[in-house]
This record gives sequence, structure tokens and C-alpha cells, in this order.
Amino acid sequence: MSTWIILGATSSMARAFAREMAETGAAVLVAGRDMDDLRALATDLDARGAAAAAALYFDAGDPATFAPIVKVLGATEGKVSAAVFVGWMPSQAEIDANPSLIDQVGAVNYTGPARFLHELAPLIEERGGTVVGVTSVAGDRGRFSNYVYGSAKAGFATYLSGLRNRLNRSGAHVVTVKPGFVDTSMTWGVEGMFLVAAPSAVAKSIAKAVEKKKNVIYTPGFWWIIMTIIKLVPERIFKKLSF
Amino acid sequence: MLWKETDYAGWARVHKARGNVARPERSTQLTRLMEEAPAPAYGMLRSYNDSPLNDGGAAIDMTRMDKILHFDPETGVLEVEAGVQLGDLIRLFAPKGWVPAVVPGTGFPTVGGAIAHDIHGKNHHVLGSFGQHVLSVTLLQPGGKRVEVTAESDAALFRATMGGIGQTGVIVSAKLQMIPTPGNGMTVKETRVGSFDEFLALLDGSDYRYNVGWIDSTATGSALGRGIFEEAELSGGPDKAGGAPALPVPINLPGFALSAPTVKTFNALYWRKVPARGRTHVMSIAQHVFPLDKLHDWYRLYGKRGFHQFQCVVPLQNASVLKEIVQKIARSGLASPLAVIKRMGEGRAGMLSFPMEGYTLAIDFPARDKAETLIKALEAMTVEAEGRLYLGKDALASGDQIKGMYPEWEAWAAQAAKADPDGVLITDIVRRLQLREIGK
Ligand SMILES: Cc1cc2nc3c(=O)[nH]c(=O)nc-3n(C[C@H](O)[C@H](O)[C@H](O)COP(=O)(O)OP(=O)(O)OC[C@H]3O[C@@H](n4cnc5c(N)ncnc54)[C@H](O)[C@@H]3O)c2cc1C
Ligand SMILES: NC(=O)c1ccc[n+]([C@@H]2O[C@H](COP(=O)([O-])OP(=O)(O)OC[C@H]3O[C@@H](n4cnc5c(N)ncnc54)[C@H](OP(=O)(O)O)[C@@H]3O)[C@@H](O)[C@H]2O)c1
Repeated sequence: MSTWIILGATSSMARAFAREMAETGAAVLVAGRDMDDLRALATDLDARGAAAAAALYFDAGDPATFAPIVKVLGATEGKVSAAVFVGWMPSQAEIDANPSLIDQVGAVNYTGPARFLHELAPLIEERGGTVVGVTSVAGDRGRFSNYVYGSAKAGFATYLSGLRNRLNRSGAHVVTVKPGFVDTSMTWGVEGMFLVAAPSAVAKSIAKAVEKKKNVIYTPGFWWIIMTIIKLVPERIFKKLSF
Repeated sequence: MLWKETDYAGWARVHKARGNVARPERSTQLTRLMEEAPAPAYGMLRSYNDSPLNDGGAAIDMTRMDKILHFDPETGVLEVEAGVQLGDLIRLFAPKGWVPAVVPGTGFPTVGGAIAHDIHGKNHHVLGSFGQHVLSVTLLQPGGKRVEVTAESDAALFRATMGGIGQTGVIVSAKLQMIPTPGNGMTVKETRVGSFDEFLALLDGSDYRYNVGWIDSTATGSALGRGIFEEAELSGGPDKAGGAPALPVPINLPGFALSAPTVKTFNALYWRKVPARGRTHVMSIAQHVFPLDKLHDWYRLYGKRGFHQFQCVVPLQNASVLKEIVQKIARSGLASPLAVIKRMGEGRAGMLSFPMEGYTLAIDFPARDKAETLIKALEAMTVEAEGRLYLGKDALASGDQIKGMYPEWEAWAAQAAKADPDGVLITDIVRRLQLREIGK
């Protein structure tokens, strides 16, 4: 049997991915802070075909919540896989008004998930499995309107790249996912969104990347072209742009 | 909870709305909304008209409230949140031996929408309407009051909710009795039908549990009402119950795409697709019951102005009026190829439910002034035949015409007033038809 732990499972993107995994017959553990919603999700996954499903408490800002989850995973049999959907994007204006938010943005988008994965890595090395880390196109280049969030995502992406290198030695795999705009609660009502993808479509593309052992994916795929162009803009011009 | 100011529309694109929409992702958010800023709910916006719209006001998009809350593989009783789509239920539960008792001609509608229009399917003559298989429904009323209603606990509220276009509260979840299926497939028998009278005889005589007729709306003279009759049963067969992935219609097509000559040619080919001696084949459940889901966003075929669907049901004894209706449509040359005929049973679960024992006809028209004049004439003929128009589709009838067809509307309006005294759940269709204005 194979077990998935989904972190940030109250996200609609995570929920859709958890359902994809449930329909393959894996055991799926969903973790986050809203236990009522997570328990309802576990029931849903169970009805959709998961071999087993349960809700666990996880707070990216509270590392004491990590070890109990690793322990539960240790008690399962077979492969152990983890998918990190945890994320938080306060507006740049809020951050400018309250710079201490930078610590929390870093903890939720980068250091919390990275430390969790570090505590879990030995088990994955022993049993095999896959790590899915959701970062963002926002991490590809620091932009005027979103660079604190972007830098945390960039940090997490770099961590995942190194973790891939490490886990590759034991045959385990890491998929870095860079979504463009996705139609979730994070973007609902936010201005300036375009080409917004459905969470279910993003989840399907992540499931496919896991199956095909892709290293880094942009989803939807056309964001690769957009980001390649954005990365090519020379810094002397880029610094004058404000998007 | 964040509101988003957005444009949205009924499926046929004739009715549009702009307003603040909230889209709760979990039940605590929905509860808070109904306490603090109650608003009418909508599902997948598969109603053709203004039934799910609240132009200039607020609305709640229920599509993310889509969890399965409980499934009993022994009894086929399923409890789900209202935003679950019926096609997903077929895909998930047919392999386990169960399917929803009633599904419409598309898999996208939500359970909430299916209840709010007390929808009917190809098996209406046997199993009745969707609401007749609802064991209980949980409503969130303005102010945050949560009530679980069954036909026994509060018959009036239950009957005002089934087919009640969302006016008795936001439907949060429902318990459904599914029906058993031997597998993921349907065995479908197709028969060529030469004329309208032959069609009625076949509809009357069919002993299949699922049946529907496709009428060539362009044929006239002795071929009037010719078409294809499809009769089907749930069966084993394919390893999946879902349909193939849909092809998109990426842009609005120009007006001539569905002009009379194109439609006539298409229909003639469609009719000949089935050999004169008929044929039988096995397909997945979704392929048979959701034929249009092969094309995504197909309303775009009708261009920017959109289209109308005329759907009426007339009592058995007034079938001759239905024949006149088909004749009038054929002579007009205004219709699209999509005309569907079916015999309905008596089954209905609510005060504003559409079904009555009789024949129902549904047909699309590109939105043009001429078509609207024709539809109004067809509506008048429906009144004369003591028939009914469907509240999930009609866009042109008057409030008085509709009220005449739904004699229980005042009892319904009283229940709506009790559940929603301040009228915060009122939608565009309710305003257009003055459905909640008792004694005016
Ligand atoms: C191709 C096609 C084929 C169809 N075939 C059939 C058919 O064979 N038989 C049939 O009966 N119908 C048929 N329909 C119509 C469709 O089944 C109904 O209009 C159905 O109500 C659509 O569900 P929805 O989730 O899209 O709801 P919407 O269209 O979004 O809403 C419908 C109504 O339900 C209310 N509502 C929705 N969710 C809730 C909720 N959670 N709480 C309270 N109120 C709510 C809305 O306010 C509105 O009044 C068809 C439609 C299409 C596009
Ligand atoms: N939407 C987009 O356009 C987009 C684009 C690129 C990348 N992403 C990334 O995609 C992922 C999913 O986001 P989403 O769009 O689905 O938004 P979302 O609904 O806001 O999801 C964010 C998730 O992170 C969780 N979370 C936040 N802070 C947490 C903490 N301290 N501890 C534990 N969990 C915490 C949230 O849980 P709670 O319910 O407890 O708050 C929620 O499950 C995120 O990593 C996001 O950055 C999104």
C-alpha cells in the first residue's frame, strides 16, 4: 500500500489532488488547521475510494506539530509520499505596513514545510515515495507587487531542488510544481488575475507529473513560456516595471 | 470571506447578471455568510434562464461545497453537500453498484440545482422526479438557522423546497436514495421513427426504464415529427461509467452557423445514422445520458445573443396540441436540431415541480426577434392545452401564465415568506414572474 500525506489540505487545489490520489486507491492523510473541514474531507476521500483516510493537525508555524505526523506515517506500511500545498500570500501593501509579516510568510511558504520534509525525509528514503512541493511562478523573479511571497516560494523551490538531489540517491522522487493563477480562495476577488486555471485541472497535471516522474512543472504548461520571457527581461529594464 | 464582483449568466446567455459573489470552500464559511450577509445560492448555472441570477445583488456560488458526507454501500443511501455534480456521482458510484435515481441530460448540474428545479430524467415515467428520491435536505436560512427537513418532519416546507428555486433557504446538503445498477454501462436500442403519430405510439408502448426521442424539427408533411427513439437499460459493459473528455467550443460562433440549411442537413444525416431496421449497442452510462457533454460550453454555438429553450409538457389527452406545436416549429424554420420528446409520468415532489402526466417537448432556438414571437405563440398554445412550462428554462412567459400553470404557487410563496421574511433570497426569475407577491 502507498500512503500520501497532504499538507494544507483545506486548499481547493490540495483537495482536488487528494481526490486524484484517493481514486487511485492510496491511503490519504490530510493535514492542516481546520480540523472540522479536514475530518469532512477524510470522509469524502474514503467514499471516493481511498484505502484509508484521516485528518491530522499541522501548523506550519508550530514545528511541534510535525513529529506526531511523521510518527503516524512511520506506523503505515509501504511507500510514503508527501504533497505540500501550504501557502499564504498577504498583499505586498500589508507587508509594507507590517514588516514582521515577513517572518510568517517565510515560515508558512518555506521554512515550516522544509523543516517538516526534513524530518520526514529519512522515512521516504527508507520506504520510497514521492514529494510534491507547490511553489509558484511568483518565485521565478522578484516583482514589485509580490516579492516577499515570491522570495519565500523561491527559497522553497531551491530547497526542493536540493531535496530531489538527495532523495534521488535512494530512488525517491521530488516534483516541484509552479502554478500560474489558479481559481482558489487565494485569488478569489483579487484584481489583475488572468488565464485562471481550475484547481481540478491543476491537480490532474500534478498527478500526471508524479506518475511520469517530472522534476519541475509549470501548470498550466503555458506559464513556462510566460516565465521564460519574464526571466529574460534585462534587470535594468525589469527594475522599472511595476506588476 | 471575500466577495468578488463578477459577471455571470444563465446557460442560454439571454439572461445575464452582475453582482458580488461569494464562493465558500467549507461549511463554516457558508454558515457565517448566511448569518452575516445572506444571499441566494447557485450551482453550475445550467439553468437556461434567470433562475440562478441576482442581477445587482449578491449571490453564493455553491460549487466548492462538494464533499461526500456519507455513503452506505449496502443501502445506496448517499449524503452529499449541495455542490456535488451529478456526473461525478455516476462516475464514482456506478462501479460500486449505485447511481442517482434521476439525472438530467447533462452531468454538470449540482445536487442543489437538481433539488431546486426538482429535475426529471429519461426514466421519469418509471421513477418520477429527483425530489422523490431525496430522503432529507438540510437548509441554511437567512440569519443562520439550520433545519433538516424530511417529507414527514415538515411536509409543506419539504414540498416548497423540492422545485422551490432556492427560496426556502440555501440547500447545504441532502440525503439521497440511489438505485442499483448492474454495472457502468447502458444497453441502448435505437429505432427510426417515421412520423409524429408513430412516435407517440412508441412512447406509449415502451417498457424500457430509460427512454427519449429525438425529433427532426425541420421535417414537414408526412415526415412531420420523424426522429429516433432511444430506449435503454442500465447494464454491465464498459470499465468506466464516465464520458470521454469533452472538446471545447472556444469562441462564440457567428450567427449563420445554425442557419436553417445547416440544421436541415445535419438533421437528415442524424436521422439516417440509425439503420432502418434499428440497432442496439452498449456504451457507458454518461455517454448515453449526457450526450451533449461531449462539447464544453456549447452555448457558444449560438453566438453572442444566445438562445432559448422552449420546454412544455401537455396532458396525454391534448397530444394533438403538441402535434400542432411541432408543426408550427417545423414550418418556422427557426429551430436548432436539438428537439427532444418524452412521455412523463405523474411523479413530482414539490409545489412548483414541472412534471405532469403527459408528453414533454424541449427545443432550442437561436435568440432572434422572430423566434421570440414564435415561442410566445407556443406558450399560449401550452396554456390552451392545460400544460406547463419549465421554470429552469423558460425566459419569456408572463407571471400570470406561469401562476396559472402552478396552482399551488401561493402555498409555495407562503413557505418562502416564512423561511425568508425579508426577501433576501429573491432572484431575478422571482422578480420577473412576481412569484412571491401574494395577493397582488
Ligand atoms: C444540456 C442540458 C440538459 C438538461 N437536461 C435536463 C433534463 O433532462 N431534465 C431537467 O429537469 N433539467 C435539465 N436541464 C436543466 C438543469 O438540470 C437544471 O436547470 C438544474 O437546476 C441545473 O443545476 P445547476 O447546479 O446548474 O443549478 P443552477 O442553474 O445554478 O441553479 C438552478 C436553481 O437552483 C437554485 N440553487 C442551486 N443551488 C442551490 C443551493 N445549494 N441551495 C438553494 N438553491 C440552489 C438556484 O437559485 C436556481 O434557482 C438541462 C440543462 C442543460 C444545460
Ligand atoms: N491560487 C494561485 O493562483 C496560486 C498560484 C501559485 C501558487 N499557489 C500556491 O498553491 C498553494 C495552494 O494555495 P491555494 O491557492 O489553494 O490557496 P489557499 O486556499 O489559501 O490554500 C493555502 C493553504 O495553506 C494553508 N495554510 C496557511 N497557513 C498555514 C499554516 N500556518 N499552517 C498550516 N497550513 C497553513 C491553508 O490552511 P488554512 O485553511 O488553515 O488557512 C490552506 O490549506 C499555496 O502554496 C499557494 O501559495 C497558488
